[in-house]
Amino acid sequence: MSDLTDLTLVEAQAALRRRAVSAHELVEAHLRAIQDANVLNCFITETPLHARNQAKEADRRLAHGEARPLEGIPLAIKDLFCTKGVGTTAASEILRDFTPPYESTVTTRLWAAGGVLVGKTNLDEFAMGSSNETSALGPVLNPWRRQGSDARLTPGGSSGGSAAAIAARLALGATGTDTGGSIRQPAAFTGTVGIKPTYGRCSRFGIIAFASSLDQAGVFARNVEDAAVLLREISGFDPADSTSADRPVPDFQAATKRGVKGMRIGIPKEYRVPGMPGEIDALWTQGAKWLEAQGATCVEVSLPHTKYALPAYYVIAPAEASSNLARYDGVRYGLRIPETDLIDQYEKSRAAGFGKEVRRRIMIGTYALSAGYYDAYYLKAQKVRALIARDFDLAFAKVDAILTPTAPSAAFGLGEKSADPIAMYLNDVFTVTGNLAGIPGISVPAGLSAEGLPLGLQVLGKAFDEETVFRVGRAIEEAAAFNSRPAAWWRTP
Amino acid sequence: MSDRASGLIKGETGDWEMVIGLEVHAQVVSQAKLFSGASATYGGDPNAKVSLIDAGFPGMLPSINRVCVEQAVRTGLGLRARINLTSVFDRKNYFYPDLPAGYQISQYKQPIVGEGEVEIDLPDGSTRRIGIERLHLEQDAGKSLHDQHPRFSYVDLNRAGVALMEIVSKPDLRTPEEAGAYVRKLRSILRYLGTCDGNMEEGSLRADVNVSVRKPGAPLGTRCEIKNVNSVRFVMQAIEIEARRQIRVLEEGGKIDQETRLYDPNKGETRAMRSKEEAHDYRYFPDPDLLPLVLSEDFVGAIRATLPELPDDKKARFIRDYGLPAYDAMVLVAEKETAAYYEAVAQGRDPKTAANWVMGDLFGLLNKAGRDIAESPVSPAALGGLLDLIADGTLSGRLAKDVFALMFESGKDAAAIVEDKGLKQVSDTGALEAAISDVLAKETAKVAEYKAGKVKLLGYFMGQVMKATGGKANPGVVQELLKKRLEG
Repeated sequence: MSDLTDLTLVEAQAALRRRAVSAHELVEAHLRAIQDANVLNCFITETPLHARNQAKEADRRLAHGEARPLEGIPLAIKDLFCTKGVGTTAASEILRDFTPPYESTVTTRLWAAGGVLVGKTNLDEFAMGSSNETSALGPVLNPWRRQGSDARLTPGGSSGGSAAAIAARLALGATGTDTGGSIRQPAAFTGTVGIKPTYGRCSRFGIIAFASSLDQAGVFARNVEDAAVLLREISGFDPADSTSADRPVPDFQAATKRGVKGMRIGIPKEYRVPGMPGEIDALWTQGAKWLEAQGATCVEVSLPHTKYALPAYYVIAPAEASSNLARYDGVRYGLRIPETDLIDQYEKSRAAGFGKEVRRRIMIGTYALSAGYYDAYYLKAQKVRALIARDFDLAFAKVDAILTPTAPSAAFGLGEKSADPIAMYLNDVFTVTGNLAGIPGISVPAGLSAEGLPLGLQVLGKAFDEETVFRVGRAIEEAAAFNSRPAAWWRTP
Repeated sequence: MSDRASGLIKGETGDWEMVIGLEVHAQVVSQAKLFSGASATYGGDPNAKVSLIDAGFPGMLPSINRVCVEQAVRTGLGLRARINLTSVFDRKNYFYPDLPAGYQISQYKQPIVGEGEVEIDLPDGSTRRIGIERLHLEQDAGKSLHDQHPRFSYVDLNRAGVALMEIVSKPDLRTPEEAGAYVRKLRSILRYLGTCDGNMEEGSLRADVNVSVRKPGAPLGTRCEIKNVNSVRFVMQAIEIEARRQIRVLEEGGKIDQETRLYDPNKGETRAMRSKEEAHDYRYFPDPDLLPLVLSEDFVGAIRATLPELPDDKKARFIRDYGLPAYDAMVLVAEKETAAYYEAVAQGRDPKTAANWVMGDLFGLLNKAGRDIAESPVSPAALGGLLDLIADGTLSGRLAKDVFALMFESGKDAAAIVEDKGLKQVSDTGALEAAISDVLAKETAKVAEYKAGKVKLLGYFMGQVMKATGGKANPGVVQELLKKRLEG
């Protein structure tokens, strides 16, 4: 076998089961790749010892024919998921030394399925960002570069480390969280598949909260089928999360094989935003044609409140964040700047512990919830949110899924937008609607930009209809036959 | 308080009326906290009853404790209140070290229980209905300990996350006495329902008191809120003191600032904690970690079906079935245990006699011993036995009191004590005749006065005979024999 890191997750499953490769070999290959990719800064914490122990157990089970679904599969975990005994930072100074004595439900399920933890991936601080530049541990570099350029590009955010780790083949699968596009946009920027399932499909227990009504766990993989396998393992009801849904989890992997024949696909006219590059528009049109070629019918749909989505999102998410992040006060855990006066201690600890973007959002959110402004901002935004959800309900009465671009641009350079929060927030224009409505969305790599960077298409589906999302995603993937990969420039010789 | 005729306070400028509303925080009786599985019981080493949820660790989520919801609904039904089938939990945001998450989960706009009422019992035996505005569920905070170390404050999170019911009255109360009666009645109802143990010393029940004053008939004045008052007596004192302070300010031409105040029972004053300007902006918003709480009619119906007889109904029944005066009935039903005790004693006996013994001798000795009725050394059956000995003439009322004291002391029953001490009442006419002859022989002068018409002396002769027989003589028989001898 040439390079074990080139296997897809499903291929690796098969190879492990027929004992063509051991979990030990598979994990070592990925640990080496991680070592070689230090410059990408994908990981905040690497866990080789942990990985080797889990690999050993995986090999024992494989030998006894007791393999679980993800037995021996190397996985990268966004450092927003609490992992027992393994540092969990949210890429924030305030949690730099925090080691949880508990495990998130999503990762509990992954380890129970035999997955192997290779490390905790970098992200925007508290998942607040679209470029990974707000991480207190420095930005992640996108493994992709523009043709003929060595400019450093963002992998997107906030789950930039997970996306880049998959693109650079440092793990076979990774978890992310998506509050406004934090899985789908980095997936598009790195030529990987990323799915955010329906709100409530996965438990949020043990995931460091950003905006509770929008946060949802999801996965990255190199193809749609791998993503389907992973998502099934992390889905399901959890009594510890009141917002998780008590409903059966379908076989997503099987769904990817069902095709799109006879499906109706909506093309929302409001997603043609000014300033979007022509090549993205063209790819979108191409995507619709691919689906029609496979027997689907594409029709125009209207999502009239789309233009209010971004402002509503940037009220609701910061409002919830301002409250969720109040617990980081230096009293019980995390960074404390000791002071004799309580208020001084709060102020200094939080000022030192939170980065600029996090502070900005806490301020915005606090303002939006303040007496006298609540109705004008928070309540109004909630009404907009309801209208956006209704837009989708009406559209889904006519179509099975909706096709859009994932992001309005390809990966951009580090530093290009970090001085302009509004320009940065515009990255989420096609993805926030899915979070506001709570519906599932997948980003699938569909082509390259003129500069040689990956571009993604997004498929949105009805709540709890991830199966359709996977079917359409797989159809795009098949037609696009996207097999480009970044040159491994990061490998230190 | 002589200057407070008909509930008004007499000031320099005339009479003032108090307007009082209470927010009572009642700790829910449940094994676990409102949103975590940690123990909700009182006491224990600091921070021994704290889950990661209570301590506000990253990624921790609340999930509601069904028992606490049932208790809130049960309480709502006991307060004859509307149960809201949909209610919403909100976050009340503020920073304090004993509030780990930086917000308290409470119910703001949509509480679980809406309007209801409590009937308070006034000393003259009359009652008055006090409106309940709402009842909502919320988390308690932890406890900051400022006296453990010269430079540091410590935090104990044992209470953090324990379920509280905040029961808000309408501003229907007009005197400290009414407020006291309201808290006592509310406490009684909660204890009947088993939804709060009502223990004010342990902080299971505490009140925020809103007080304003006005000239009778005038619009409402500006109110002040006195926080965290933890006994009925202090509630009444705080209201009186605060109302008089407000009257003083107003009569001196000042104005009342809406503010939060603290009652200091040692100094007998209230003082400002923070003014409206310094008041927190709590930035309430619906807690996105919790879905709206939706109850079914069946859920409420099942709780309704298990409600016990409550004090008001029991009181009415005591008046109706036992023929008790309203006052007696009110006193006897205040505690469920007392009412049960009384009913056991009254069973098959004279109800009024039973009431007198329970409220008089029993309460007296219990009070003196600092015990409550559950710890009474005299069981209802034993007290009943004593009453039976009075009824059949074995014991005189006076003897019975002595016997009762011995019963209380020894835990023995009445018959055994009568036997041991030879206290049996003497009704044997022969023995009594002899005693009477002795007395009359010694008191010839008084006998002459009696015969001359001073019949009041009968009592005196009675006393002498009783004394001569060591109190054991049956007074009815003595009286009869005396009359016969003196008038015969």
